[in-house]
Amino acid sequence: MREERYDVVVVGAGPGGSTAAKVAAEHGLDVLLIEKNQEIGVPVRCAEGVSKRVENFVSLPKECIATEAAGARIFSPDGTCVELSEKTARGKLAEVGYVLERKLFDKYLARLAADSGVEVRVKTQAISILKDGSSVKGIVVRDVSDDAKIFADVVIAADGVESKIGRMAGLETRIKPADLEVCAQFYMTGIDVEEDFSEFYLGNKIAPGGYAWVFPKGERSANVGVGIEASRSRDGARALDYLKAFVRRKFPEGRVLGQVYGAVPVSGPIKSVADGIILVGDAARQTDPLTGGGILNAMEAGKIAGEVVAEAFERKDFSESSLREYEERCKELNEKLTRMYRARLLVSKFSDKELNRLARSLEGVRFEELNARELLRELIKRNPRLLMSLAKLFP
Amino acid sequence: MAVRVDRYKCGYCGACVTVCPADAIELVGVCIEIRENCNECGVCVNICPVGALELENKG
Ligand SMILES: Cc1cc2nc3c(=O)[nH]c(=O)nc-3n(C[C@H](O)[C@H](O)[C@H](O)COP(=O)(O)OP(=O)(O)OC[C@H]3O[C@@H](n4cnc5c(N)ncnc54)[C@H](O)[C@@H]3O)c2cc1C
Repeated sequence: MREERYDVVVVGAGPGGSTAAKVAAEHGLDVLLIEKNQEIGVPVRCAEGVSKRVENFVSLPKECIATEAAGARIFSPDGTCVELSEKTARGKLAEVGYVLERKLFDKYLARLAADSGVEVRVKTQAISILKDGSSVKGIVVRDVSDDAKIFADVVIAADGVESKIGRMAGLETRIKPADLEVCAQFYMTGIDVEEDFSEFYLGNKIAPGGYAWVFPKGERSANVGVGIEASRSRDGARALDYLKAFVRRKFPEGRVLGQVYGAVPVSGPIKSVADGIILVGDAARQTDPLTGGGILNAMEAGKIAGEVVAEAFERKDFSESSLREYEERCKELNEKLTRMYRARLLVSKFSDKELNRLARSLEGVRFEELNARELLRELIKRNPRLLMSLAKLFP
Repeated sequence: MAVRVDRYKCGYCGACVTVCPADAIELVGVCIEIRENCNECGVCVNICPVGALELENKG
């Protein structure tokens, strides 16, 4: 078998992998980034909403942004609307700020990595890992030519929700259905949408254990999707069934130009380092368990992973205890995720009646920051009895 | 093989790979592959967003 050697090999060219690869290369390391798909960013498995915090990580070229949203509307089952809008525009960081073109966004991030000296290979799948005792020493890749052994001091596994590489390394990445959201989404056109508002629809008949969303993508077009808790999915009541019902009611006149299916880990963070390996992004279950948003968390963790790996090279120590610095620096992120996981457990148990009551309790409140945390705080203030257990999480 | 994939329905999202307790499912490109070690637990069949998986009656 062909053999090659790099300092670092990154598996998966999503936002997490491309960011990690770029940062490691900027620190002078010899980095290989592999992606199993033929084209980076395709197929899209995302609703493409991010907060403007994205600009802390990259300056976005125009073509990566489909729509700029001024606010979000959350609808309870009876249609009561809670509006979060970014009134004081500049300066404030909005939870839902842009709807991206991920096909282009993911490619742009990979291009930034390539510009920093990263070698990128597409249609190249990691099929197994190389080990020396308990320590990960690289991967075996399969592409259009022969299989090859790629040796590296550190493997960064940013391989998304399936998280197979971590599992091969002995980390427990399997997810139980209660901790997974399964999603179906249509890219629709010819529909009446307000172009600068993202919409969220809650309710056990609409999306049990999840929500339906409408994220505008330009004129009369939007990503319209549904995510449900996988443990509540069954024949006749699958994500696609709920989406079809939602669309029939909401946009009967619309046309579907694209379909997306996907899964979002909502378990909260897991152990994400072992000897010679770091997990990043969805692979490390760093998605927000309440909102399902994972793009920015993957980028944040990717950046940290790149930095920690660079420091590990200075120490020439790639053991788990050396790489544990990664988990140390992800601590703030992970604590936030754990709080959101607990919040999710509570929120997903609400009946439609309770959701309606909660939404009505917020009538007349003006939210000027688009922030799930602020929203939860206000809810707790107004519903102390119902939300006692939540209050402990968001003092 | 115990679980059958309908390639026309499959949206290759990887949800089944993520929940498989036996680690018997792989997503290769746009194809779901089910390995010999499938224990027919049926978790993947239920969670599939489109209903592309089926427990085959071997009887
Ligand atoms: C329907 C849906 C809607 C969503 N909406 C939003 C949203 O609006 N906002 C938001 O912030 N997040 C959203 N998310 C979550 C978001 O998509 C993820 O959190 C994000 O993509 C995680 O980035 P990542 O880099 O960790 O993984 P990914 O973007 O999944 O990238 C992983 C990459 O690794 C590749 N790969 C996997 N295995 C291998 C292998 N063995 N060898 C080589 N390459 C491999 C994959 O092909 C993939 O390209 C949504 C998810 C879904 C499913």
